[in-house]
Amino acid sequence: MGEAAKGETKITDQGLDGGVGRLDESRIREVINTVLKNETGARLKTYVETCIHCGLCSEACHYYLSNDKDPAFSPVGKVKRTLWEMLKRKGKVTPAFIREAAVVAHTECNLCKRCAQYCPFGIDIAYLMSVVRRIVHRLGCTPLYIQDTANSHSVHMNQMWVKGDEWPDTLQWQEEEAQAEIPALRIPLEKEGADIMYSVIAPEPKFQAQLIYQAAVIMDVAGVNWTMPASMGWDNSDMAMFTGDNELMGRLKRTHFETAARLKVKKIIMGECGHAFRSVYDTGNRWLGWRVPPFQIVHAIEFYYDLIKSGRIKIKTKYPHAVTLHDPCNVSRGAGLHDKARFVAKAVAAEFVEMEPNREHNYCCAAGGGAINCGPPYKMKRLQGNKVKAEQLFAAKTRGAGVLIAPCHNCHSGLHDILHHYGIGLDIKFLGDIIYEVMEKPA
Amino acid sequence: MGHPDTWDWENGDRQIAFGEWKKKFRWVEEPYASPDGEKIAAIVNVDEGEFNVCVNGETDETSHDKIWYLRFSPDNRLTTLVSDMGEWTVAVDNVSWGHQFGYVWNTMFSDDGSHIAVAVQQDMTYGIAVDGILWANTYPNMTYFTFGRDGGHSAAVVQVEDFDSGDIETFKKGAFTAAFDGQAWDKRFVNLWHLSISDDGKDLAAEARLSLYDYAIIVNGIPWEKTYDCVWQPVFNPATNTVAAPVRTGGRWFMAQDGGILWDRPYTQLWHQQFSADGNTLAAIAATGFGKWTVVVDNRPWPVTFEDLITDMVLTPGGDRIAVLVKEKGKWRIVVDGTRWSNAFDMAWKPVFSPDGQHVAANVEKNGSYTYVLDDRLWPCECEAAWPPVFSSMGDKILLKYIHDGIYHRRVVPLADFSS
Ligand code: SF4
Ligand code: SF4
Repeated sequence: MGEAAKGETKITDQGLDGGVGRLDESRIREVINTVLKNETGARLKTYVETCIHCGLCSEACHYYLSNDKDPAFSPVGKVKRTLWEMLKRKGKVTPAFIREAAVVAHTECNLCKRCAQYCPFGIDIAYLMSVVRRIVHRLGCTPLYIQDTANSHSVHMNQMWVKGDEWPDTLQWQEEEAQAEIPALRIPLEKEGADIMYSVIAPEPKFQAQLIYQAAVIMDVAGVNWTMPASMGWDNSDMAMFTGDNELMGRLKRTHFETAARLKVKKIIMGECGHAFRSVYDTGNRWLGWRVPPFQIVHAIEFYYDLIKSGRIKIKTKYPHAVTLHDPCNVSRGAGLHDKARFVAKAVAAEFVEMEPNREHNYCCAAGGGAINCGPPYKMKRLQGNKVKAEQLFAAKTRGAGVLIAPCHNCHSGLHDILHHYGIGLDIKFLGDIIYEVMEKPA
Repeated sequence: MGHPDTWDWENGDRQIAFGEWKKKFRWVEEPYASPDGEKIAAIVNVDEGEFNVCVNGETDETSHDKIWYLRFSPDNRLTTLVSDMGEWTVAVDNVSWGHQFGYVWNTMFSDDGSHIAVAVQQDMTYGIAVDGILWANTYPNMTYFTFGRDGGHSAAVVQVEDFDSGDIETFKKGAFTAAFDGQAWDKRFVNLWHLSISDDGKDLAAEARLSLYDYAIIVNGIPWEKTYDCVWQPVFNPATNTVAAPVRTGGRWFMAQDGGILWDRPYTQLWHQQFSADGNTLAAIAATGFGKWTVVVDNRPWPVTFEDLITDMVLTPGGDRIAVLVKEKGKWRIVVDGTRWSNAFDMAWKPVFSPDGQHVAANVEKNGSYTYVLDDRLWPCECEAAWPPVFSSMGDKILLKYIHDGIYHRRVVPLADFSS
């Protein structure tokens, strides 16, 4: 068995312990070999055959850097502790090994792909960790909290058990609230033939309804012809992509795309969420057989960029704080939106302080890839595993930043925890929070 | 009733000054035209927290605190979801159902429009109300509501075992089933999704997940013997009542029927299968490779593929002709029997066949305005809105409903005069 990370104490997790308790070695062997044979192809083979174990990827990984450069936390170390061992032993591994593999793949890797940039061969460790997650999913050993989130997806096609009536009811409530500010403002539900379907992730209606309010104000002021569905398909998030439940991922994305098709819109604009963008723009669509997404997918960063650039949103008075910007992996490394994000941040704020490193080289928040969704049991591990991020944020603060912009839900929550845990003293905002605050609105 | 034979098919153009409405109200929401074109209606805001519906320029005497989801039934009745004092119900031609509920949404109609159903939340339990009457049994959770074509039956996926969020063990044992006219099946499932009610209203089929990995098709509560890696919605053959469903195995999709493989050819994707009304033809939207979308008729793919998307498949009753919308490089086109029309659109709506299947028409959006297309010929009008066209039973005329220069038009046009 591969070398475990130093000083690790076993965290109780019913998803893992219950799942592992039901396993025997023949089932493990069968599942590992079936997944490897039927679901992985030349890509896995090439990666495994190409890797020369040079360890150049190590310096890329925040877990490695934050855990005293413990090789077990290096990207290649994680492969060694999981997939290589499975391959080497032709699937003959123990239930305890599977438990450990689940912990590594789910809570020690954010699938952020930073390391792929450091590997001379471009080996994508995130892909290899996804294969491990797929195997542990097929073995029923996914951490409890994220499995519960996937269960919610499976029932409601949203990640927070938001029921059929609660969704339109929340939108109508937000519309009413916003009408107190702009009397004729609408959140147009089920408007067939609108230009844009606006989709969000379930924490918005559940806990952060003000984000929907703010988006509605931005849409209204910019004169956007938009709609939101009253049916399922409104939630663009996708924890199934991270649990390795590809079939459920496909179902979620199908629901989302077909809702856009039913509403006869031309584009889908997504709120400030990174993983959802990856799922809609890259992963889910492919599982369903699309080479490109069937609709133009626009992340909020790009949408705000267009609105500000074209003058449809005007800034009344700039936000009176120095802001710094966290580039979310999925929209920066994944989709190259970092310069547009900078344009927006600079357009709305009085001062911009660059984060170092930045853009596609930015450090991950350690919340992404489903890690934060593995829940409270792993919170400390997540925070300790990103000391390097805390140092990066603190350095930005030292250079004058007062506010951290994180245009992604997972990053936002993860960075919020880091700011708090390390006492960094930066305020944290979405781009939409600031735009809403500084834009010109009807008097 | 909603049959086009009973509608006014005199050639001509009747008009309503829709644009004027804006002057009378604080705001006017999206207008809808009735299928027969006799009415145009929109939700209007009269004052703060006071909504009404304007139909052909007239409002009702009763306003409501909130109104949404205005839709015409196939038999031309106006339906809305209305709220007063925090309670909700359905209003049909401005007459509210006798019962108020905690919330109502997702209005559904029988084919002929004579029955109306809606999803209901009442005291935090859920059920379907048909023509104002809520199921006798309601459930703590309900999804995937379905209404039979004749309006005699309704069904939904319901939760029958309580569990708190985070209880993945109870979830795994199965906490969901289907309720058919409110009566839950005995068997529990990890998940059930899209339901289908047979045309005779006797049978109910569903997509299911039996564990986190095993998918099955369920008919009347009983799973097909074989399980699959994934499944999509089953449909009933209207003539024979057999059930067909796309199933995934070994990473490819196949069409299965009553538990056996019907189409042996593997597809990258396969969905939206539809029987012709006579049950003799089965067609589906499929991908024959990555990004290669087409239509498959009885396991024979069209010889053309399209990269972006195929939607809105329509079959003639005998299944001899098929029309779809395809999206290529961001533009929409109509494709009939595998042949692309030359016109491309910013958006297109579901194609409509003439009763004899000889003609195809649709409402479309082109260069930012709306118009119609008939057999690939454009209606020469740049409209602000256009609703689906309807052919006369004889197939010699077409009814167009559109707004041009703020005026709503109900226009009956002989096919021969369409593009002039
Ligand atoms: S967390 Fe990111 S850098 Fe570290 S191994 Fe995973 S993908 Fe690579
Ligand atoms: S993944 Fe690349 S960088 Fe890392 S050890 Fe292997 S070859 Fe070296």
